[in-house]
Amino acid sequence: MSITKKDVAKVANLARIKMDDAKLEALLPQLTNIIGFVEQLSEVDTDNVEPLASVVDLNARLREDEVTDGGYPKEILANAPEELEGYFVVPKVVE
Amino acid sequence: MTDLTNMTMAQALKSLDNKDFTSVEITQAHIDAMAQAKDLNCFITETPELALEQAAASDARRAAGNAGALDGIPIAMKDLFCTKGVRTTAASGILENFIPQYESTVSQNLLNAGTVSLGKANLDQFAMGSSNTTSKFGNVISPWKKQNGSNADLVPGGSSGGSAAAVSARIAMAATGTDTGGSIRQPAAFCGLAGIKPTYGRCSRWGVVAFASSLDQAGAFARNVEDSALLLKSMCGFDPKDSTSADITVPDFAAALTQDIKGKKIGIPKEYRIDGVPDEIVKLWDNGIDMLKDAGAEIIDVSLPHTKYALPTYYVIAPAEASSNLARYDGVRYGTRVEGDNLDKTYENTRAAGFGDEVIRRIMIGTYALSSGYYDAYYIKAQKVRRLISNDFKSVFEKCDALLTPTAPSAAFAIGENEDDPVKMYLNDVFTIPASLAGLPGMSVPAGLDSDGLPLGLQIIGRPWDEEMVLRVGQTIETAANFTAQPQLATDKAA
Repeated sequence: MSITKKDVAKVANLARIKMDDAKLEALLPQLTNIIGFVEQLSEVDTDNVEPLASVVDLNARLREDEVTDGGYPKEILANAPEELEGYFVVPKVVE
Repeated sequence: MTDLTNMTMAQALKSLDNKDFTSVEITQAHIDAMAQAKDLNCFITETPELALEQAAASDARRAAGNAGALDGIPIAMKDLFCTKGVRTTAASGILENFIPQYESTVSQNLLNAGTVSLGKANLDQFAMGSSNTTSKFGNVISPWKKQNGSNADLVPGGSSGGSAAAVSARIAMAATGTDTGGSIRQPAAFCGLAGIKPTYGRCSRWGVVAFASSLDQAGAFARNVEDSALLLKSMCGFDPKDSTSADITVPDFAAALTQDIKGKKIGIPKEYRIDGVPDEIVKLWDNGIDMLKDAGAEIIDVSLPHTKYALPTYYVIAPAEASSNLARYDGVRYGTRVEGDNLDKTYENTRAAGFGDEVIRRIMIGTYALSSGYYDAYYIKAQKVRRLISNDFKSVFEKCDALLTPTAPSAAFAIGENEDDPVKMYLNDVFTIPASLAGLPGMSVPAGLDSDGLPLGLQIIGRPWDEEMVLRVGQTIETAANFTAQPQLATDKAA
């Protein structure tokens, strides 16, 4: 199946990456090429095959439900682009 | 006096014990080598002062009789491992000024073993690439040159290109890497090194900048198999902070090397004889088969029927996981922020400015594959094919102890080659990706030179948790191939 520039714009929006028209144009043939390449998977018979999400045959480990970490706001905020009085600062979201 | 930058880790450890030299001396020699080879661009952040401090502390530990397994050995750390107080960029713009407040488990394990860190090695941005040409901090240049008069700069392979180039150029004695689809094995092959990716779950992923979580696995580069075993041993171990970390004993990998491979069954998968692979690679592979036969192994032909679908499977699963993992870079909690009129625009501006072209390409592919209407057709389909690929390996490992294949379909290529077509670039990993999808241990060992004098590697793939067999077969090839070639740069220096 073929993808269009509109599809690329939609995906860019889903991925929250700003893209001008030139960038969309440039990506269209590249993505078409890659998606065309992965489409050969459709020829594999996968009826009755369970999807493989993890190669580790380990059961999820359980632990006591107790606090084992935390209590260092300074470290958490150390790389924040903007912070104020122990909070991350973002552009206004609610008018 | 011996050349302090051209010995193995095993030799250096012995000499440190014998007081032939100190860690400060050997570290200083590598810092000098690092300064001389700046044009290779192996490092994003060099930490010579820190290295000398660590070396002095190491010498004190050794004098007090408290030396760790790798005490005083100067190594390079791929800049994908978070290092407390030392900038960690993943070779990206978005993490250009990121200073971790914690230490990754693998790098902490190495600190506990006493290693000295020369700096943070360059890589493909977020470990996405096969040539180390997608770093925000510039290309890494291989210390190797073609011996045909061409002076073109060659790629070191990727994504762990800085790690490989540094070890090959005798700047670091060994280095950490990570391997998602071949990012240790392919650069090891291109740079004439031993490089091992252990079984998924051996090394903790905690504190490693995530690319594709079901595939990412840390591993080791060294100039011979024994050193790679020593480094790997100190990196591995159970970590409750990583839910996929395996709670099983880590064997003494180097001790496994004392055993031979007599009577072991080595599988040769016929599907790896693909069209378009140069005769030299095919010949190298055949030579490798003969070496193992001569060592008493039994060679058997095996089939991994879904091999041809590994690459397309990977190029759905890895980008899908990447698009999800990289959603965290939103310019709010850490990383570069580029303001917009509102929060959404801030996200969009931040991510457009902070990610390079290849990263954006993969996020786009992954987002597409995960988007409503395509999820089943691409993502679930790829996960199903992944199971078939994994089952292929399970059934051949009922018949054999390890597999031998080429590592990469070519020797190192010139910077700029293969750039026009992403799919062509992706083909570099055609031999390494299947084992990644199955979570199996794999290693590349140098097995010869091509007609231009460039290193070529052979790959050994083993059963889950059987790195020991992988290393034993690797060392058998190493011994038989007697690979002694060194890059031009190191040869010049020695002269």
